[in-house]
Amino acid sequence: MDLAVEVHGLTKRYGDITAVDRISFETKLGEIFGFLGPNGAGKTTTIRILTGIIKPDEGTATIMGHDIKKEPLQAKQIMGIVPETSNAYIDLSAWGNLMLIGELYGVPKKQSVERGKELLEKFDLYDRRNQHVRGFSKGMKQRLILCMALINEPTILFLDEPTSGLDVESAKLIRDMIAELNSAGTTVFLTTHNMEEANRLCDRIAIINHGRIVAIDNPENLRTKSLGLQSIEVTFDRPVNLADLARIPSINQVKKVGDKIKLDTSDPNEAIKCIVNHARSHDLGIITLNTLAPSLEDVFLKLTQTKHEG
Amino acid sequence: MTTLSLAIFLEQLKRSFAVTKKDIRIYYSKGPVLTFGLIFPLFLFLAFTIGRNVPAKELFPGLIGMTVFFTATSVGPAILPWETRSKTLERLVCSPVSTWAIFFGDILASFIFGMLISLVPLVAALIMGVEIMNLLVLSLSMILATFCFASLSVLLSVYPPTDIPATVMMLSSLIKFPLVFISGIFVPLENLPELGKIAASFSPLTYFTDMTRYATNGMGYYSVTADLAMLAVFTIIFLIGSVKLHERFLPKRFS
Repeated sequence: MDLAVEVHGLTKRYGDITAVDRISFETKLGEIFGFLGPNGAGKTTTIRILTGIIKPDEGTATIMGHDIKKEPLQAKQIMGIVPETSNAYIDLSAWGNLMLIGELYGVPKKQSVERGKELLEKFDLYDRRNQHVRGFSKGMKQRLILCMALINEPTILFLDEPTSGLDVESAKLIRDMIAELNSAGTTVFLTTHNMEEANRLCDRIAIINHGRIVAIDNPENLRTKSLGLQSIEVTFDRPVNLADLARIPSINQVKKVGDKIKLDTSDPNEAIKCIVNHARSHDLGIITLNTLAPSLEDVFLKLTQTKHEG
Repeated sequence: MTTLSLAIFLEQLKRSFAVTKKDIRIYYSKGPVLTFGLIFPLFLFLAFTIGRNVPAKELFPGLIGMTVFFTATSVGPAILPWETRSKTLERLVCSPVSTWAIFFGDILASFIFGMLISLVPLVAALIMGVEIMNLLVLSLSMILATFCFASLSVLLSVYPPTDIPATVMMLSSLIKFPLVFISGIFVPLENLPELGKIAASFSPLTYFTDMTRYATNGMGYYSVTADLAMLAVFTIIFLIGSVKLHERFLPKRFS
């Protein structure tokens, strides 16, 4: 199996605080790997280690086989990086920033010019190419940062909260571009708070909390494997006593949601049988009955809260 | 050095020129910076010479000494705090450019700025009739001294690893101003008391001023070889010191 990122026992401490605590994971070549976690969970520290900005205290991280500590230049050469906060030079034009990055990555001048023009056109910034970045909106800055990250045609793209705080149009443009780049073979390492974004884009997701990885899988497996998070939504033909339903053994929790009743269960098969028996014995008519898989957000909240409580 | 490592070194050197170009465009080619580079050493010089009946030839080493020193160290210390604050330092650090190449690029920008600005008082002095007896020594000393002071300017931003330019500028002034007063700029070295001479020997500016005196009137306190050797030693110390210490303190800027 070809691996783009291999992380083993990565640890980073700031004084008494362990920001990243012996994490290990792998990112396959050509996949979009989502890195999710609440604020302060260790996402940005991890991405900063992987991109060579800070050094880990323990553990190893390799990018396309290059150890980020031992072969930082080789590892950085094949990366594109979109950081959490825009870090373009505001006193340079969009074009000036792109050409600077081209030079820093050793991209030949002719190729830099052609690629720069193509990227600025694609991200709708070509008409503003000579304008200083100081006057750019947040969305424009973020699009420029993505252009800068792509000037060297990276094999692996690291994106730290790329759509956070952006307008709908810019966010969509960036999401579409991530999907397009991935289709063309670029491996993407994405940190995000946006569950819908992670669900729609990512092949696999790692959830980090308090510096530790609490789950890694594809979005569908994370949902279905999260026992106790599945639920049944049922509508009866007349009001029912929720306490009676809560007494059913396979039901964990009962909630009224509008005219429906939502029953959380770890065993949907058994729960449905019990609900039907309950309706029959109480002479209730069932109007609708649906099983609901947990959303990624439910999984995320469960995993991060469980860890927090623990 | 193997062919491969030489190729990597040359490629890194090329990338450090990109840092230099960026610095010149963003930090040095601004009207106020250029004006400050010219006006400040001139005013400081005038403050200590007006009223003293000294011929232009005698004043020239002091003027050129201060111009080279202040221009080559004027902006360098502030670049790193600026870039830390604007997060552009992260952009540089995560690009495939070695730490030494980033800081060498900064030093080179300071060097170019210092050299170009210093040409102004040099040309002015020539117009005013100052005769240069040894142009080779003057040129060599200017190049080496400007590079030495440019390296010092980047070294001055090492500590504290702050993102506030004013803090670094204030602390660097605490080092720069005393150096000017102990370096035989206003009083030739031979006229300094013994303690003053000892103090002067610890300043790189002393050796540059001494060489400039030699280039203009044929007499220096130290030999040209000693001046050149000492400037070279200071340059190596500042150059290696700035790269090594920045490598050590750089992570603190991202924590």
